[in-house]
Amino acid sequence: MTQQIAIKEGLFTWPAEKPELLGSRCIHCGEAAFPAQNDCRACGSRETEITALGNRGTLWTWTIQSFMPKSPYLSDETPETFKPYGVGYVEMPGGVRVESRFELIEGQVPHIGMSLDLVILPFRTDESGQEIMMFSFKPAEE
Amino acid sequence: MDVAIIGIGLHPFGRSPTLTGQQQGASAIRTALADAGLTWKDMQFAYGGSQDGGNADALVNELGLTGLQFTNIWNGCATGGSSLHAAYTAIKSGEYDIGVVVGFDKHARGAFNPKPSDWGLDDWYGESGMMLTTQFFAMKFQRYMHDHGISNDSLIRVSEKAFQNGALTPTAWRREALSYEQIANSMMVSDPLRKYMFCSPAEGGAALILCNANIAERYTKKPIYLKAAAVRTRHYGSFEVFSPSQAMNVADAPTVTASKAAFELAGLGPKDVDVMQLQDTDSGTEIIHMAENGFCEHGEQEMLLREGATKIDGAMPVNTDGGCLANGEPVGASGLRQVHEICVQLRGEGGARQVPGSPKVGYTHVYGAPGLSGVNILTR
Repeated sequence: MTQQIAIKEGLFTWPAEKPELLGSRCIHCGEAAFPAQNDCRACGSRETEITALGNRGTLWTWTIQSFMPKSPYLSDETPETFKPYGVGYVEMPGGVRVESRFELIEGQVPHIGMSLDLVILPFRTDESGQEIMMFSFKPAEE
Repeated sequence: MDVAIIGIGLHPFGRSPTLTGQQQGASAIRTALADAGLTWKDMQFAYGGSQDGGNADALVNELGLTGLQFTNIWNGCATGGSSLHAAYTAIKSGEYDIGVVVGFDKHARGAFNPKPSDWGLDDWYGESGMMLTTQFFAMKFQRYMHDHGISNDSLIRVSEKAFQNGALTPTAWRREALSYEQIANSMMVSDPLRKYMFCSPAEGGAALILCNANIAERYTKKPIYLKAAAVRTRHYGSFEVFSPSQAMNVADAPTVTASKAAFELAGLGPKDVDVMQLQDTDSGTEIIHMAENGFCEHGEQEMLLREGATKIDGAMPVNTDGGCLANGEPVGASGLRQVHEICVQLRGEGGARQVPGSPKVGYTHVYGAPGLSGVNILTR
């Protein structure tokens, strides 16, 4: 069976039944950051803790990446197989806006304020055959 | 003590396949020296920078090993602004009387491909396809349209004006005017921004000779005074490029703080400015920068652009040489190209693109990754 590994440890809880994004929160000023960092970018304190940021958010702004990016983009695609993807900032319950890819739905134009659910998807396969898993979002189904 | 600009030089922007970036920088310096009636030996100091064109201080190999103080400056898109700021303080402090700033570059075709580690970021951020400046500018403007009621019409009008002005500027790269329809129907690159709404990485060089204002009239009949030079970086909460996350409360952009600092230094306000250069790496940023620099309220741009206010004969001419959209962006040279154009306008040497009414006060603004801004205010 293909082994799946996260694109980077510590970005999201995984494997998990209901994965969440992970960030850090300053124990002094309470500001959150993603990805987690040791120092607080708001107040400069060096005391932060890992915190779950949630798995449903609201789209704050967006665009569509319509052409295949060059390096440092690293995927299995070719310019022929490349599929445009959404990129946006998603306002998370944890109190921070996280930049993320999101899945585009045929015939549906993204809009500010739309509700999005976190998904962990295979992004590419590395040299040793492992699937690299990346966080993304898809429109929430109510 | 005031600081004067007494010589200006450009190596034309665009593509110079037979020249290195450094040769384009040296070419700009030679033009600026000739403009001031000076030689390289007269220069007491130099500040210069380039992103992809190599070290600026290597220009001495071409211009002469005179032993001058030559400091390399690298500060992203504000490289030119930072070189100018360094020269401004060197003269103001009384340490030097006369010197040169230079910027040049030679970028490969296509979008920039930054290395995440250079920006303090992990590889996954770049590998997953989120580290593109084009995406950031599109997202920033998407939100701006939502918050301030700006439409696509404004984006198209900014590009239309840029290429009209480029067509009038002999040193510009893109010298063909484009119609409203050509721009409106060009390929969508990153929603809402289309092909003709982005500037491209390019090549070119720009140089300025500066001196203590007390001696400026020895060298020129038309000194331009650098009344203020300010460079500022981002605050917590400002919405910036290459940010995997943003704070919930949006703070003022570094442009706002750099602009306020410069106006205060100069003892002038936005209403005093007759001609301006505002960073236009895409059409959307020019619109945002009109307000962030204090020249209008957020949301007023739609009407101002429809009225043609930012055209050469308008009430607030912006980017009279076509800006980054028509000149391309050789990062190291771009900020000094802006100052060069303001000097041309204040001297009254703009020819077909001259702002009418003998402009007296000019303004330049750069903004770039990862959230810094440089503003200069010039008078004659």
